[in-house]
Amino acid sequence: MSDANPRISYIREKLGSKVLEIHQAQGDDVLLVDRSGLRASFLVLKTDTQLGYDFLSDITAVDYWQKKEPRFEVVYQILSVMNHQRLRIRVPVPESDPTVESLTPLWRGANFLEREVWDLFGIRFIDHPDLRRILLYDEFQGFPLRKDYPVNLWQPRVPEREVAGTFVDERSHNKLLRLKKSLGSKI
Amino acid sequence: MKAENQDLPLETMDLQMGPSHPATHGTIKFNLKLDGEKVLDCDVEVGYLHRGFDKSCEQATWTQVIPYTDRLNYASPLINNVGYALAVEKLIGVETPPRCQYIRVIVSELSRIFDHLTCCGMSCSELGAITVGFYMIEARELIMRIMENLTGARLTVTYVRIGGLKHDLVHDFAEQVAQAFKTIRKLLTDCDHLLSRNRIFIDRMSNVGVISQETALNYSLTGPILRATGVNYDVRKAFPYLVYDQMDFAVPLGGKGDNYDRFVCRMQEIEQSMRIVEQALEKLPVGPVWIDDPRFVLPEKEKVYNSIEGLMHHFKIIMEGIHVPAGETYLAVEGGNGELGFYLVSDGGGRPYRIRVRPPCFIAMGAFHEMIKGYMVADIVPTFGMINMIGGECDR
Repeated sequence: MSDANPRISYIREKLGSKVLEIHQAQGDDVLLVDRSGLRASFLVLKTDTQLGYDFLSDITAVDYWQKKEPRFEVVYQILSVMNHQRLRIRVPVPESDPTVESLTPLWRGANFLEREVWDLFGIRFIDHPDLRRILLYDEFQGFPLRKDYPVNLWQPRVPEREVAGTFVDERSHNKLLRLKKSLGSKI
Repeated sequence: MKAENQDLPLETMDLQMGPSHPATHGTIKFNLKLDGEKVLDCDVEVGYLHRGFDKSCEQATWTQVIPYTDRLNYASPLINNVGYALAVEKLIGVETPPRCQYIRVIVSELSRIFDHLTCCGMSCSELGAITVGFYMIEARELIMRIMENLTGARLTVTYVRIGGLKHDLVHDFAEQVAQAFKTIRKLLTDCDHLLSRNRIFIDRMSNVGVISQETALNYSLTGPILRATGVNYDVRKAFPYLVYDQMDFAVPLGGKGDNYDRFVCRMQEIEQSMRIVEQALEKLPVGPVWIDDPRFVLPEKEKVYNSIEGLMHHFKIIMEGIHVPAGETYLAVEGGNGELGFYLVSDGGGRPYRIRVRPPCFIAMGAFHEMIKGYMVADIVPTFGMINMIGGECDR
């Protein structure tokens, strides 16, 4: 708890009880922020003229499975392009209800980043316009970057997808049917 | 004639471009909604090259991650190496000797030149300027030879280590660089003559893929794409790392934020990078390239083969990995395509608990629909080319 930095004490003043903890790690300012009203907190950081953290650099998450409670932490890196200041914001998220408010209304760049966190960690972002898997395919089971997902786990085979509007060659269809018959509908 | 036009179908057409389209070098798919040739909407599908970089890193020791970072942005592997090593060193709390820092600057800048030449050369040849493409590939080859002489590999270099470098520069490095730069400058002047007043090239690039300053900031864009809109944000200047604060270089800025500005920014950055390399080679101090700390540095081979302590020391570092104190850190370097950040979490063991890479071109792909909306299908080629999406980094 070092409030020596005037900027940090100003943030604490502005956000009030939303700030759970403030510390410095290797010279970086780190804030632990409560997830309730998260978007409002970020709005303050973004629009306040003295702070001006107008640039969202990165969103990611960490899974502290069996190490920490609450289990997840969503980590935001924001910075002020004008003042050259960085700030890291960590938001604890419990396993029982892995949801966080989406930041897409503030930064549209959050769209892809939040989709990636949902894809790999299974943390839902409320009010996200298009929360689909991004790096993995839709039929993927589980969330691979969770620590309880074994590294060598195999995924079930995915049946051929019917895509609306695509041209399907009848001959290839027949081939698939024959294959299905010979395998006893295993695929 | 008029009556016929009214009978034309008005519905939009869906077109899937990619994943293996000649223009989408790297595997990526665009689901386009078209009105004739005009792009109404574009949904970008990434992830075809996803190989679980983060998960693989959690299985490896801190040192074993370095080869994985080579495969992120394989057009500038040395910048990835440097960024990762700097992040781990920040977490440990050590600083490498000056000579090591200078060499890291040199190799980073050589990589940046390589990255920009790849991007510009490929884009030009896609637009029909095959000659320029070949000239740039020739220039790139010269850089690649220097890297090969230095690191022993052309692409998967793995040159930087945590706390130092694999080895010092080769003895005639400065001469090699001077010679290569002379040829590269000549080649780039030729390219400039071929392109900068070329009607076809300017028509394809200028006023295409325009993105405004506010939109670029809102979409978290960095690197040449952001600087082409006129925002002066370069990690080397904003958050100086290594010895960049002692170097004299300019940050080229654009104004319109179109493809031509991006191209010009990249071409000017090549010149600035060459200036940095020349300055660094001039100032290069004498001294060790490794930190003096046996906790992180492998012992000399002579000790390993001739003494039990040396052998144990070697064995422990290789098998257990170096011990990085528990904590978390974020460090960003200026990669070829923008801010390349590493977010590390350590639990105090020899293996990373979590490694996250902030991939600049993944984030740029998130804004692609904004850049291409309202333009033609053919404009996708230069716009996508100037983003310089590298599958290894985008999909990890």
